[in-house]
Amino acid sequence: MTARVGVVTFPGSLDDGDAARAVRIAGAEPVRLWHGEAELHGVDAVVLPGGFSYGDYLRCGAIARFAPVMEKIIDAAGGGLPVLGICNGFQILCEAHLLPGALTRNQHLHFRNRDQILRIEATGTAWTNTFQPGQEVLIPVKNGEGCYVADPATLDQLEAEGRVVARYVGGNPNGSQRDIAAITNQAGNVVGIMPHPEHAVEALTGPSLDGLGFFTSVLKHLVGAPA
Amino acid sequence: MPRVVVDVMLKPEILDPQGQAVANALPRLGVNDVASVRIGRRIEIDFTGEPDLDRAREIADKLLANPVIEDFTVHLVETDEPAEARP
Repeated sequence: MTARVGVVTFPGSLDDGDAARAVRIAGAEPVRLWHGEAELHGVDAVVLPGGFSYGDYLRCGAIARFAPVMEKIIDAAGGGLPVLGICNGFQILCEAHLLPGALTRNQHLHFRNRDQILRIEATGTAWTNTFQPGQEVLIPVKNGEGCYVADPATLDQLEAEGRVVARYVGGNPNGSQRDIAAITNQAGNVVGIMPHPEHAVEALTGPSLDGLGFFTSVLKHLVGAPA
Repeated sequence: MPRVVVDVMLKPEILDPQGQAVANALPRLGVNDVASVRIGRRIEIDFTGEPDLDRAREIADKLLANPVIEDFTVHLVETDEPAEARP
């Protein structure tokens, strides 16, 4: 049976269409989820896409965290549902306390939009199990508030537990502490990533096809996961 | 009716690039004796009835501030205007 991967649309989401397309190209069925509906329609995994949400008033992701669909996602993530938060989705996952730390204004205050090399360091997560440890991938980054911060104890814990999923290579685009581009929760089912794998799934539009690995990973994870 | 004011500031150890940008602009105004600028957010809350500081702290902790990067303080200020005249 084809895996069904939900893609949430918040008011202000920009990359929900691309995320849904990436899901389809990876071989799964994308299911569009609406922020105002506390309903997951039985999906096997969820992507929180990039863009903005609720104007990102207060802080990025702060209000989206309380969206009706998020209550369901937070519950389901606790039970092992794979969740990938990209860019604004990463911010929402931090605000929802599904991931530690926070994302703040880029240190240099400039919006950064470029193709970025990442080194994949954690390959045991639901979203990175098709990569090789240490593999370098090329994926677009585009953010204004992508500077990952956490207290030193949290950073040390992330490193010790192998929960730094990816780091920036060849220049840190936003000042993130320890060059962190992506992290995961303890169980490895929730991953937040600042760059945009969904923009690197087709030769026509992306700098590489490297982003596809995140989406094929979750399918591999679902096949291996107990029902 | 007193108004509840919540002040949210980035924790001291969190870099405040916005404040730094402002600090860096001050010499252009001829101001050269400022060591640092930190920028925060002030939120004014008017309750329908008596102001509830505990409730305000809960709001601040859950939504207005992100305890990972921000500290907040809550206090009351007196307002002269009647509640219905507020914008």
